[in-house]
Amino acid sequence: MDKGGKMEIIVCIKPILDPELPPAKFAVDGKKNQVIPPEGMPFVMSPYDTLAVEAALRLKEAKGGKVTVLTLGTKFTEDVMRKAIAMGADEGFILSDPAFEGSDGFATAHILTQAVKKIGTFDLILCGRQAADWDAGIVGSVMAEYLGIPVVIRAKSIDVQDGKLKVERVVANGSEVFEVPIPALVTMSSEMGQARIPAGRGIIIAAKKQFPKWGAADVGAEASKTGSASVRNSLVKLFIPSYQRTCEIVNGKDPAEAAAMLVEKILAIKP
Amino acid sequence: MRGKSMAENKTILVIGETEKGRTASITRELFGGARALADQTGGDVQLLLFGEAAAALAPEGIALGADKVYVASHAAYNEFSSDAYTALVSDVCSKITPALCLLGQTDLGRDVAPRVAARLGASLSMDCIEVNFDAENGRFLQTRPAFGGKALAVMASSKGRLQINTVRAKSMPSAVPQDGRKGETITLAEAPDASVIKVKLIEAKKLETEGVKLEDAKVIVAGGGGLGGPAGFDMIKQLADLLGGVVGATRVPVDENWVPLSMEIGQTGKIVSPELYIAIGISGAAQHITGCINSKKIVTINRDPDANMFKISDLGLVADYKTVVPLLIEKLKAMNP
Repeated sequence: MDKGGKMEIIVCIKPILDPELPPAKFAVDGKKNQVIPPEGMPFVMSPYDTLAVEAALRLKEAKGGKVTVLTLGTKFTEDVMRKAIAMGADEGFILSDPAFEGSDGFATAHILTQAVKKIGTFDLILCGRQAADWDAGIVGSVMAEYLGIPVVIRAKSIDVQDGKLKVERVVANGSEVFEVPIPALVTMSSEMGQARIPAGRGIIIAAKKQFPKWGAADVGAEASKTGSASVRNSLVKLFIPSYQRTCEIVNGKDPAEAAAMLVEKILAIKP
Repeated sequence: MRGKSMAENKTILVIGETEKGRTASITRELFGGARALADQTGGDVQLLLFGEAAAALAPEGIALGADKVYVASHAAYNEFSSDAYTALVSDVCSKITPALCLLGQTDLGRDVAPRVAARLGASLSMDCIEVNFDAENGRFLQTRPAFGGKALAVMASSKGRLQINTVRAKSMPSAVPQDGRKGETITLAEAPDASVIKVKLIEAKKLETEGVKLEDAKVIVAGGGGLGGPAGFDMIKQLADLLGGVVGATRVPVDENWVPLSMEIGQTGKIVSPELYIAIGISGAAQHITGCINSKKIVTINRDPDANMFKISDLGLVADYKTVVPLLIEKLKAMNP
């Protein structure tokens, strides 16, 4: 951070299958243990990651600085990058290499950590609290450990005061406010509010933007720490659970009768 | 880590939590799971507790199934600190080299488990609803929801690597304390190394929960986006009161600020398992169902006969809640004047 408080912020975003996809369209290939994405449906930026971009932009607007976005993958990486730029981010790098395929959370954290080191200076790294596909919520915390920097997870707001961060986060019985030295990593949660929708000028800038691609050699990612061979817990089965119950539908001749019947049945099962 | 072979050590370490000075329900549940696993692996179960008051809970930990209890008794551990707890859990794991370390999918577990796994090079599965032992292959299998609860994934641990799992509330049966169980208590009196504490808590804003918590409620009346606004919640609150229940919500009413976040049930909210769950104006998104599916009986009121919620319900009424809920309230009042 310079004397004026300008911040260098790095945001990590992930393209995922749209989590709002209705259950009826969600399918799994039981042989490959993979989700079958509906044809022609593009991936979206994980919603928690849009919050991380939003949080970065709010800080940039308040303090000045620069927002750099990182993403990892093979599919739809440019789409999510363009969205981040359209929202107001300044630049982005795409991490892509056949050696990265099949990476788990630890490998992802290793690759992102190497990319952060290549960028060099930063005050703050922001991630979503979890990717809304695998819902693990580990990459941010693991990156912070690999970088040896402080971490706060599930934040709802970030403020900068006297060269330090003031981060409020959500816990089961309320919230906690922390003072965090810079540089730090913070993961964002839904309680921070809505992310902005990209608008006119941003969309035009994003359409023309180029995103350099970095492979394993560019960032110095170690082969033993990336890709499917490095996976620590392997996926042995992915399936759609059936929670189906037999539902008895109450029918009355009018709403009053139906309500009376329902009350009777509810009282019979009420503890 | 390297001294003893991890493959030979069968210890299961439970990271304990307290709740208002008592053993937390999640910790009792972890013991339910840990004891069953230990009986299959032939290992022992050890417990780590934090804070000055924890020593008083060690006997209960032994009664619940611990063979050895570590009490980090320094006052610096009284309140949760991610930095201090991460350092301590990492230290204890390095010393006792367990095969499996179990935490709750709680504020503590979400925070500490990934950090410890990063430090120790451990394997990690978060938010597990089942942890099983595959005796044939000598590995642990974890079942966990993914894709917002639309799918379940079964993960397998790799042999010889410490396995860390966080476990979702209400997914393992609580252990029943057994009088006369023997165990050892070891006090770890040292303060945490001040240099590891980078993040400083400057304010804790406690939300006082009125009455029964959703997680402990026997009856829940939950409202979804179909309620159309905060007024709908006033209506279902009356119904909940008459049934001795608590009001919950899905994500939409929370996102729309009709109700506070503390009322959210689902993947990113509370996981509940009441005897009776009444879902009103709830379509039944996977991420909601994953939070309420362990309810004993589910009743759905929705004007859309095709609402997914009916498929997972025991009892249903196809009707507009605005018409039918006042009638339910009237009927209940008439029965209990």
